[in-house]
Amino acid sequence: MSAAAAALAGSPLPTQVGSLAGRSLMRTLRQPAMIVPSIVFPLFLLAVNSAGLDAATNIPGFPTDSYLTFALAFPFVQGALFATMNCGQSLAEDIENGFFNRLALTPMRGSALIAGQLGGLVAIGLLQATVYLTVGLLAGGEMASGVLGVPVLFALSIMVSIGFGGIGMFMAIRTGSGETVQGTFPLLFVLLFFSSISLPRDLIEQEWFRTVATINPVSYLIEGIRSLFVVGWDAEALGLAFGIATALIALSISVAAISLRNRLVRT
Amino acid sequence: MQATGTSDNSIEVEGLQRKFKNGPLAVAGIDLRVKPGEIYGFLGPNGAGKSTTVHMLTTLLPPSGGSARVAGHDIVREGPAVRAVIGAALQEAALDPHLTAREHMRLQTALHGLPRGERARRGDALIERVGLSDAADRKVGGYSGGMRRRLDLALALVHSPRVLFLDEPTTGLDPQSRAALWDEVARLAREDGVTVFLTTQYLEEADHLAERVGIIDDGKIVAEGTPAELKAEIGRSSVEAEPVEPEQAGGVLRVLERFGEPVPGADGNVAVRLEGGPECLTDVIRALDGEDLRVANLQLHAPSLDDVFLEKTGRHLEGAGEEPGTDEHEPAEAPA
Repeated sequence: MSAAAAALAGSPLPTQVGSLAGRSLMRTLRQPAMIVPSIVFPLFLLAVNSAGLDAATNIPGFPTDSYLTFALAFPFVQGALFATMNCGQSLAEDIENGFFNRLALTPMRGSALIAGQLGGLVAIGLLQATVYLTVGLLAGGEMASGVLGVPVLFALSIMVSIGFGGIGMFMAIRTGSGETVQGTFPLLFVLLFFSSISLPRDLIEQEWFRTVATINPVSYLIEGIRSLFVVGWDAEALGLAFGIATALIALSISVAAISLRNRLVRT
Repeated sequence: MQATGTSDNSIEVEGLQRKFKNGPLAVAGIDLRVKPGEIYGFLGPNGAGKSTTVHMLTTLLPPSGGSARVAGHDIVREGPAVRAVIGAALQEAALDPHLTAREHMRLQTALHGLPRGERARRGDALIERVGLSDAADRKVGGYSGGMRRRLDLALALVHSPRVLFLDEPTTGLDPQSRAALWDEVARLAREDGVTVFLTTQYLEEADHLAERVGIIDDGKIVAEGTPAELKAEIGRSSVEAEPVEPEQAGGVLRVLERFGEPVPGADGNVAVRLEGGPECLTDVIRALDGEDLRVANLQLHAPSLDDVFLEKTGRHLEGAGEEPGTDEHEPAEAPA
């Protein structure tokens, strides 16, 4: 096959995805500022919350006597929010510095770009999840679902990361601005705090807060992850969490793909 | 001005237009032809429409009107086929600062579909060709501007393109890096038969590299031809004088007008297009001396592409005076 014929055909989709995912992972690993905060901050907040709110376990009906175990879900979801920013920001940088145009001039498929970015995100997500779980268990947290719960926990937390990562990609492709992507991070963070992150929903005293936490889909993501630590195997909580994560992925990746089609206005 | 269209041309453009939302025509219906293996210089000031034209010809921007074919493929209907035969180094070196040159090559060769066994060989050969072998495993973030441009060029060559688009490839480079890039571009055309479409705002670059030059201003091509043809259109040299005393400018101009019609000069200077050619410079000096007019500097300008631009648009090309050696000045001794 001549060079031009090869260039017209491009490489197979898996090769494109693999190459782009490898690049995404490499550039993230080479920027400690993107990795370290997403690991340290959630663990720091976990430590602060579990120390400061331990008395909450005395509330009648609290599902466990270890607030650390209860709060272990928190870093997994917060880490996913960091993924939103990291994934979006690196794509926005590509658009800002022209690298995106370089990719657009190759036979790269749009789906490969999205999958490649997400591939790198999954690898980072696995690293984060491993650290959160290891530190959490070493600190005295418990995993009611046992060893079998670990792959389920990883799968769910990766799905949540992909769902939020899709939002970051959408913002990046839509605006082409890293600053805008960064600006959305605090907004998403609000969702985390107006959820059942600190207390089970039925123990939230303020009715308005309980209502907000009930309609906030992030609550169900947290409760699904938390159930693996606290309850064991809670089909309803896990079903809701996987369902919402799937919907989030479908929605965020769809809007990212539509935006990419508009941004990638190759003839 | 335009060559007749033939299917042998590497680039054929007919009435190409691009209008942006709520803006004027950035490219207002241009026609041009570029032959295989030719280096075509697209010269114009900032905002003239050079980059917009390149973005359309490289399929990154759909035209608003007109048509264009690159290597025989229509840029609108056959985008993937166009991209398969072109390479492009756009205005900013499009590199990932966190990757090394070799990693850039690995990604680019993979996306272009080069067989796995050839990727490393092709990447290494191109890195060596642009003189980056020693820096191949260093992150690009630490590269100088010249190194970035050379890597950008090498990446554009990964799939052996037949047509290469270079959008202001030497902007911001030091003279040494600029010369190195010129050599490489000239070699590509000469030895590999690559057609090069080069945009620039540097007169010297167009003059040095391009076999033919198209001058674009306000989205329209205002002149086209070989640099020699374009300068011949202007024909005559000009002389420019800088009076020692600014109030003597009128007197200096009256003397110079004896030798030709006035043309715009630099601030505070007076200039005329010489009717008698460069050989009357000594008469000019004698005449100024005879009127006891003192000038701090007297320059003879052979016709340059800037003169062509001036003739066609009534103003100088932006930055023309900032480039060392861009004008063909021949300084002469000022009278005592």
